[in-house]
Amino acid sequence: MKALVPIKRVVDYNVKVRPLSDNSNVDLNNVKMSINPFCEIAVEEAVRLKEAGTINEVVAVTVGSSASQEQLRTALALGCDRAILVETDNDLEPLSIAKILVKIHEKESSDLIILGKQAIDGDNNQTGQMLSALLDIPQATFASKLEINGDNANVTREIDGGLQTINVKLPAIITTDLRLNEPRYASLPNIMKAKKKELDTINVSDLGIDIAKRVDTLSVELPPERDAGIKVESVSDLVDKLKNEEKVI
Amino acid sequence: MRVLVIAEHDNAALKPSTLNTISAAKKLTDDVDLIICGFECDNVATEAAGIDALTNVHVCKSEHLKYQLSEDVTQIVVSNAKNYSHLLAPATTFGKNLMPRISALLDAQQISDIIEVIDECTFKRPIYAGSCIATVKSNDEIKVITIRATAFDPCANEGGNAEIVNIDPIDSKGQSEFVSEELAKSDRPELTAADIIISGGRGMQSGDNFHLLETIADKLGAAVGASRAAVDAGFVPNDYQVGQTGKIVAPNLYIAVGISGAIQHLAGMKDSKIIVAINKDEDAPIFQVADYGLVDDLFNALPELAEQI
Repeated sequence: MKALVPIKRVVDYNVKVRPLSDNSNVDLNNVKMSINPFCEIAVEEAVRLKEAGTINEVVAVTVGSSASQEQLRTALALGCDRAILVETDNDLEPLSIAKILVKIHEKESSDLIILGKQAIDGDNNQTGQMLSALLDIPQATFASKLEINGDNANVTREIDGGLQTINVKLPAIITTDLRLNEPRYASLPNIMKAKKKELDTINVSDLGIDIAKRVDTLSVELPPERDAGIKVESVSDLVDKLKNEEKVI
Repeated sequence: MRVLVIAEHDNAALKPSTLNTISAAKKLTDDVDLIICGFECDNVATEAAGIDALTNVHVCKSEHLKYQLSEDVTQIVVSNAKNYSHLLAPATTFGKNLMPRISALLDAQQISDIIEVIDECTFKRPIYAGSCIATVKSNDEIKVITIRATAFDPCANEGGNAEIVNIDPIDSKGQSEFVSEELAKSDRPELTAADIIISGGRGMQSGDNFHLLETIADKLGAAVGASRAAVDAGFVPNDYQVGQTGKIVAPNLYIAVGISGAIQHLAGMKDSKIIVAINKDEDAPIFQVADYGLVDDLFNALPELAEQI
């Protein structure tokens, strides 16, 4: 059994992102880039399934510029067997990425595609579901538990009201939520080993897909700031403000 | 221009998020229809028909739609989408799960989690956990959109006389099957619908200490929430989580207790009307967004607060 793990290079979780001075987009000059945290969880889950003997091969794939090789090497150091970079200098939308991943899945004939539920840059939460629809295979999104039984997977999903468990036929798409697992750190020997693992590059133009943008970003701004509040001295001060000034309790 | 809203419901009643979504739809046009996919959901259809803002209520009933699995609902919405310029759903786990499928099959690039309608093609949406707001313009013929419920007031659920139109179900492909559900049961209001929320963070130190918040919540008729740190530490279940990856809330009063105020938490609550922060660390970033800050040990402040309200 083979797992395909699509990952994304994004601005690091700890960076406070700001708009460019002309408000045309976000300012990504000289910021630290990392593997998207939800993608890290996807890699970890696939590697654990391999360690448990459920699957034999884990293939990481990303769509992006040549700099994304860095995140693929991280995935390889975490235990993926090989990696594919679909190279483009354009910033692609989720629909285009899903169309590219359809081609990669067809080439790899994977049994399981595990990916993060959203990337922390665009916060779209779309690629997994789009891929599932285009491939006409089932989806189990926002997974907090995954059990593979033969040709099926039992997946517990985090939904607004609590938890839902569904059973999906393989091949299927799984998107990861935060509590699915706690990703490991790559060890130094594994980082060294990852440098020798196979990393193939495909040019996006060789896939023959229409990747034209459908949505234009007109401007990017800071959100309205909240007015500075005040510090109260005691609980009774606080209760007084809430009761008598704000009248919210 | 004609808008189709996909109803979020539990076969018994509409979820409040549906009413927010209809409000957003009304900002586009007066011609708004609703589609309900479910099983034994006649009460939902009757409730929806009473919404003044709606023209038609399409209802698709079938036993296989009981749990509204996304593969099954997608087929029905896509086959009924062709006369519409916009498809809208709330950006709840229901809408997030469903809409990108519909969007992909209609070959449209979805716009997620909008907070403002500028015109029929242009919308505002938060990116980078709300650090920035992007104004985006869709060039697709059909716009598939999810709505941040807290950014739109709910529409009135009365005064209407919409026509109920039954539509034929489409057989399930049987790709997914419902197994079980564990829904949190509580007498307190739902987080996303509450007027007042009191949330605890890592500073609560244990799940047991959440009873300090619950006592106050019960006196105020409030919901209890938590930061991701408190959920990750196992103090409370994930459905308590407020933040970028949890629930987005905007109550009249949000009380953050022992929460430092990471951007991922602020993303979920900073549109609340009044924010109160109680934290013993006076440099905690939560104080930068709080209308009222109290620097105190929460184990002193909470019992006192419970007594005084």
